[in-house]
Amino acid sequence: MSKPLLSVRNLTIDIPVGSGTLHAVRGIDFDLDRGETLCIVGESGSGKSLTSLAVMGLLGNNIRRSADQLEFDGTDLTTASPRTMRALRGGRMSMIFQEPMTSLNPAYTIGDQLVEALLLHKPVGRKAARARAVELLEKVGITAAESRLSQYPHQLSGGLRQRVMIAMALMCEPELIIADEPTTALDVTIQAQILRLLYDLGREMNMAMILITHDLGVVARVADKVAVMYAGELVETGPAAEVFNTPSHPYTRGLLRCIPLPGKTERGSELGTIPGIVPSLVGDVHGCAFRTRCPYAEAACQDTIPMHGDDSHEFRCIHADGKRHAEEEVPA
Amino acid sequence: MATTETNDPLLQEITGPTPAQMLRKRVFGHQGLLIGAGVLGVLLFVAIFAPLLAPHDPYAQSLMSRMEPPVFLGGSWEHPLGTDHLGRDYLSRLIYGARVSLMIGAIAALISGVIGTAMGVAAGYFGGRVDMVVTFLINVRLAMPVVLVALAVVAILGGSLQVVIVVLGLLLWDRFAVVMRASTLQVRGREYVAAARAIGASTPRVILSEIMPNIANNLIVVVTLEMAHAILLEAALSFLGLGVQPPTPSWGLMVSEGKNMMLFEPWMVLIPGAVLFLLVLAINLMGDGLRDVTAPENRS
Amino acid sequence: MSPETSAPVLELRNVTKTYRVKQGIFGKAKPLTAVNDVSLSLPRGEVLGLVGESGCGKSTLAKILLGLETPTSGQVLIDGKEILAQDRLSLARRIQPIFQDPYSSLNPRKSIFDIVSLPLRVHGVGDPQEWDRKVREILDIVGLPARVMNTYPSQMSGGQRQRVAIARALIMKPEIVICDEPTSALDVSVQSQILNLLGDLRREFGLTYLFISHDLAVVEHLATRVAVMYLGRIVEESDVAGLFDEAGHPYTQALLKSVLTPEPGLGVPDTQLGMAYPNPIAPPSGCQFHPRCPVATDHCKRVAPRPVETARGRVECHLFDPQSPMHDAKVA
Repeated sequence: MSKPLLSVRNLTIDIPVGSGTLHAVRGIDFDLDRGETLCIVGESGSGKSLTSLAVMGLLGNNIRRSADQLEFDGTDLTTASPRTMRALRGGRMSMIFQEPMTSLNPAYTIGDQLVEALLLHKPVGRKAARARAVELLEKVGITAAESRLSQYPHQLSGGLRQRVMIAMALMCEPELIIADEPTTALDVTIQAQILRLLYDLGREMNMAMILITHDLGVVARVADKVAVMYAGELVETGPAAEVFNTPSHPYTRGLLRCIPLPGKTERGSELGTIPGIVPSLVGDVHGCAFRTRCPYAEAACQDTIPMHGDDSHEFRCIHADGKRHAEEEVPA
Repeated sequence: MATTETNDPLLQEITGPTPAQMLRKRVFGHQGLLIGAGVLGVLLFVAIFAPLLAPHDPYAQSLMSRMEPPVFLGGSWEHPLGTDHLGRDYLSRLIYGARVSLMIGAIAALISGVIGTAMGVAAGYFGGRVDMVVTFLINVRLAMPVVLVALAVVAILGGSLQVVIVVLGLLLWDRFAVVMRASTLQVRGREYVAAARAIGASTPRVILSEIMPNIANNLIVVVTLEMAHAILLEAALSFLGLGVQPPTPSWGLMVSEGKNMMLFEPWMVLIPGAVLFLLVLAINLMGDGLRDVTAPENRS
Repeated sequence: MSPETSAPVLELRNVTKTYRVKQGIFGKAKPLTAVNDVSLSLPRGEVLGLVGESGCGKSTLAKILLGLETPTSGQVLIDGKEILAQDRLSLARRIQPIFQDPYSSLNPRKSIFDIVSLPLRVHGVGDPQEWDRKVREILDIVGLPARVMNTYPSQMSGGQRQRVAIARALIMKPEIVICDEPTSALDVSVQSQILNLLGDLRREFGLTYLFISHDLAVVEHLATRVAVMYLGRIVEESDVAGLFDEAGHPYTQALLKSVLTPEPGLGVPDTQLGMAYPNPIAPPSGCQFHPRCPVATDHCKRVAPRPVETARGRVECHLFDPQSPMHDAKVA
């Protein structure tokens, strides 16, 4: 197998807070190949957004990032100069945020912002940049693209703005796109369209994509690989089909039982729950973070937790027979 | 908070600090606020206990000891800050002057605060026509030059402490109205306001118990700003001879009286000027600090 | 269901709400019909799911029911009595809201006791001792310990806050609860707890819910009847099985298609909706859904469909109207 486009080993993010250090992300590993889509799924506070910001080098100044390896196509991001990072960001890797209204500058037209995104990174003329902007707006399904260039963000609907954001992220033909909850603020009908668009474009342009989301439905439909995060750790990673069909970590199974499945869950029946709350990650954090909410927790959960499974589908749990539980609990 | 092995999932979170505890922590971690409040506290103390603290009667003239220099310029400890052109003790006048400044600042801010808050909250909450009228009144008020109008009114009615207070109180409500209107608009859309209305709470109840507590922090900040504003305006009016009338000890008046001697005895201007500067700085520091420590409360 | 319990506790008759929207300072005010001739009847103990995209008027409808807005025309009846004829307090005793965002629906300056006891104080029920007793009781019912009474919303998690909001809504024992996206701001694992709680409370207190949500999987799970809203109109209304198993209106079908269930390998569906939700100030002619409808014809552009009774409810589409020339096209 060729070298992955993005390679992350032991990524750790610490945030100093008043009462100590918040260990927001603790030692996560993943690889991403060209043309591959990785979904990082987790609930609020799981560290999924911080992880993506860490890859982009966009963490705040007071946040400490460390990693044994953080490599993008041979460039070591842990030692890259701010200048190198700026050239990479928006050029070879770009980001799509959740709220398109706040990430587009309201004072400039769509055209200005799209053109600027390209001129910053590529030695092209304004005219060529405009042509590319029109081409991409059409590609993301915006009609009358030429006339949209002179419009301001507030003149567009939420779905259109998110399409513009996607077009902007694509201006420089990036090799990696990180989308942080790109459809959470949108209606379901628009969500399906935007996801389809991202999915098709990713295939077409052979882009690698990291999709950050809390929505398991989205994950199942677009991911090649899934990484489930809980309280700053990757608890389970693997190909989407395997993770969903044989969820092996108790948290993954718990999450899947929480959502009603049309046609499968009996209407009005009791849904599965995960009682309890995410533990504080300030101070000494050890063992499995999920043990306070886990039905299978034992004393050994306070110690270091081994990884189980084969190379492609791994999970972090003291119970190596997670798959067996999966078959018992999740209706096929 | 350490990670504890607990079966009660609520325990950890609800032992977190209350908003009051968090506020206290932020207040005591904010230097500007502490310095401002400290200086203001001292000045307030001095103003309240002026009769006990002043070494002399601030009105007692002594033509035998006119314009004695302060002690650091070779004067005597009898008059630590010297005497003015009528031989009155400068320190005592300064101490009594604090009363005038603080009283004018506080009462003018109170009057304009009541007017402006009522208008702003009404405009923000009811919107529509009420908002149109209030916005119009704010614009009218903003189109009037405060100093000129104050000068004209005082010139007609004659200068006195009461007139200055009332004139300033009636002129300085604009910022209250603008800020309170904007804050009310913001809070009004929150769902807890809708919830209170759906519960059946009356409009006064919604405004007083749901909206006011959530815009009070902005109100306090404007109060401090307008207090400083009023104090400076009083000093300016008094300096021009249209504010507080002699022989009342006012810092603005003292600067005015000292200006004739400024070339020979610059301390006569510098001392009241410095105290005035200190007071306004302290109030502004406190206002800034209050804004900093109260603003992030609603976020989590 | 026995006949006496199926009498409508809530009935809407031709309710319309029109706002006048001004564009620019000198622009002429134009009418925006947020709720357009809506008739619904909700039997006691049922859960009516109301679905539709943002801007379709479902929140305006909720506000009208809560007495926060007055309809421009039409009638809203609770237990057969017009709500406009009732005073604020007696309406509030019968119908209460639970809002979407538990971070915005609780006054941050008030303690949990103050928040939950507000209805008792506003309605002048009992004395401080009784308030204390009743608050303890309702907190217990929604699954919160009594010691939270002296804490503040900022000290609680989203799920706990939503429980507080539910306690406040239920302390006066209303008949109808308007749930406006009650779980969409919550994490998946918390969402199922709240949904279970809402289901339990309904059974325990015989509550009737109007459940507004964009999450069709959740609606299917909880609702007994479903109404689909588009541009202020109810385009389809049916019992839950009818709607989800044999959706009639093309818009309902598109909505159902866009639900992303966590089933890997299915890919992202193509909803075949044109992308833009129409501007409600200038609604399309004829059937308002025609610009986005995959099966629209010229007839749909000209003639607005009339509501047609079906075996399970009602639908507003030419395909189902035996008197429409398009009736036969359904088969194709």
